[in-house]
Amino acid sequence: MDTMTIGSILTAIFLLLGLLFFTGGTIGLLRLPDFYCRMHATGKSDTLAVLLCLIGLAIYNAFAGNFALPYILVSIKIIFIAMFWFLAGPVSTHALYRAAFRCGVKPWTLDNQFKEVDKE
Amino acid sequence: MIDMQRFFMGVSIALLFLAFLCLYRAIWGPLITNRIVGVGAIGTKTLIVLLLMGLIYDRLDMFVDISIVYALLNFIGTLAASKYLEMMGEV
Repeated sequence: MDTMTIGSILTAIFLLLGLLFFTGGTIGLLRLPDFYCRMHATGKSDTLAVLLCLIGLAIYNAFAGNFALPYILVSIKIIFIAMFWFLAGPVSTHALYRAAFRCGVKPWTLDNQFKEVDKE
Repeated sequence: MIDMQRFFMGVSIALLFLAFLCLYRAIWGPLITNRIVGVGAIGTKTLIVLLLMGLIYDRLDMFVDISIVYALLNFIGTLAASKYLEMMGEV
């Protein structure tokens, strides 16, 4: 088994895992009952999915260039995007949570679970 | 040996499908906060699709820079929208 096949298989595993988490986040965003639940589902799983997909693409690029220096530099750039998003995703999630809570968006609790919580 | 170009194309199409599903929240979401979440979710999916486009067309070195700018703009856009919402007071 040559090195390119190993890189392709690793990339496929990482990308499919990322796609799985993206699907979970989207289903949560569409189906959960109120704003806080939706933000919880999509904020966490999208961050992890971006991380997995970017690591897979960086591995594929490094293997495709046979570890030459320009390809390695592009892979390091992709890893930098992953690190930036690992910090930025939770920060933006938290800021939006706090803004919604201070604006008076009602959370979905046991008392009001049979009513429509967020209406226009 | 897996045909990687075709695999990347399939992953891109799946991500675009998920982005169209998120467009439902961005258009019909009950409050403005739901719309901000939907737009952010579409932005993260577009980030990955841009890099996959770069791999499909063999110009990854150019598309990586576009993707960095896209990630920054998505982050700053969500922060600015939430700050504006907080200063407005009421949803």
